[in-house]
Amino acid sequence: MADLIAKSPCEGLLPVTIGGISLTEEQPGSMWALAPFKGQEKALGKALEAAHGMAFPAVNRATGKAGSRAVWFGREMALLMGPEPDANLAEHAALTDQSDAWAVVRLEGAGAEDVLARLVPVDLRPHVFKRGHTVRTELKHMMASVTRTGPQAFQIMVFRSMAKTLVHDLKTAMEAVTARG
Amino acid sequence: MRITCPLCGERDRREFYYKGAALVRPAEGEDLDAWHQYVNLRENPAGPLDELWYHEMGCNSWLKVTRNTATHEILAVQLASEAGLGGQK
Ligand SMILES: [Zn+2]
Repeated sequence: MADLIAKSPCEGLLPVTIGGISLTEEQPGSMWALAPFKGQEKALGKALEAAHGMAFPAVNRATGKAGSRAVWFGREMALLMGPEPDANLAEHAALTDQSDAWAVVRLEGAGAEDVLARLVPVDLRPHVFKRGHTVRTELKHMMASVTRTGPQAFQIMVFRSMAKTLVHDLKTAMEAVTARG
Repeated sequence: MRITCPLCGERDRREFYYKGAALVRPAEGEDLDAWHQYVNLRENPAGPLDELWYHEMGCNSWLKVTRNTATHEILAVQLASEAGLGGQK
């Protein structure tokens, strides 16, 4: 059988650093959508806590930590990033493997908010959008998920097919912010 | 124009997709007139109108939005699933 070579969504595109801001690709591991069955939200939360040590995230919130996160991902849905979901979760939720479906990047540095302000119509400044906050929103016409993972760091996700556009748009905004000095 | 999604919060209009008037779907077994009205007939008020909007770039909820068509003022927003628009058997 042929030995297949895995290629990450942003291979050959990243990393880049412009001014004091860096853009790197994240390797989040497995990504599974967790969609609780009707009336099973609490049971799913318990199972998630027991198996993976994190709560089911509230709307616009993420739980867990780097390497093992649950990110609110839309109505009645969370994205488990990192671990393979425990089999018990399947009793309370529809589980969908999305591991290869998303490009995941990290934007970090002083002025990261200014970069995103050019692309995302949501206020992401630190006093409103704190660590552990997340949004499903638009990034320059692309459906995106944006999560604050640090004081000056964001995790940004778009569909894998849009990886090149994502990097292009972020780089353009990074250059424009840096040019202003 | 901004719409306050009951889940996501206040968001820019560009995150939403517009469908049209939010009408109560006729119950199963309703006569042809009721369906004709539901499918074909629309009011076109210069003022408040109930509409369906989809939070396409956000949480993926369908919303019932009451919008003033003359001023674009958003008067009310709720989840379409909780708006009693029918569709139940
Ligand atoms: Zn929403």
